[in-house]
Amino acid sequence: MRSISVVRVLLSVPKRVKRGEAFEVKLLISHPMESGQRRDTMGQAIPRDIINSFVCTYGGEDVLRADLFPAIAANPFLDFFVVADKSAALVMTFTDDHGVVQTESVDVIVE
Amino acid sequence: MMRRRFLVMAGASGLIMPLPSGPARATPAQVAALIAELTGDATLRQGRVILDLPVMVENGNSVGMTVSVDAPVSQVHSIDVFAEGNPLPHVVRYQFGPRSGAARVATRIRLANSQTVIAVAKLTDGSCWRDSVDLYVTLAACIDALD
Repeated sequence: MRSISVVRVLLSVPKRVKRGEAFEVKLLISHPMESGQRRDTMGQAIPRDIINSFVCTYGGEDVLRADLFPAIAANPFLDFFVVADKSAALVMTFTDDHGVVQTESVDVIVE
Repeated sequence: MMRRRFLVMAGASGLIMPLPSGPARATPAQVAALIAELTGDATLRQGRVILDLPVMVENGNSVGMTVSVDAPVSQVHSIDVFAEGNPLPHVVRYQFGPRSGAARVATRIRLANSQTVIAVAKLTDGSCWRDSVDLYVTLAACIDALD
């Protein structure tokens, strides 16, 4: 069984931001997001295997929670805005259908 | 050549089952029921939420979608997106927290065929708003056999 812990994540987060000013975060997760709707060449259903939950927090407070369904394209991409009041860690956590959790963290400095 | 011969033989011997009449798709009625469940007693009104999707989609496997609400993010409880023509109509749900900078999220979605996509935003005051896009898909997202 493929493990999510080796999933590659590309992150775009500014290193320094202004207090109270929204900044953009983009991430691209390398994952097939197998929808469970497809069949292989032998006609067997390919089991569903997707990242179903994404949570982003900043300094322990929620930024965005996303429930993802099989209609999310392979290699899920998310682009959203965060507002910071102090320097803290931007933590992104995602969970796949096997219940495996992966966390990515970036320190953001507020000027 | 071998494959073709095998198929002919398999067909003659009744090995090949008749294919079902295409993959299952959601219906507008199913989506309406999901939205009714989401909104509860609140009236669903047009406006406030903006669903940005291309009207002509070349490749349904990956379609850029931006959804936003014309309100401060602190007043937005959640945004849900539904695709009426997909096998599983619920596409995504976003919920915003106190550190969110804007009620706007972009992602990429799959679309099984030409259809209507609906976004429903629920605000913290309990009001519900919708926006929809009718789009044409040239190449549908892969929901059948692998090639």
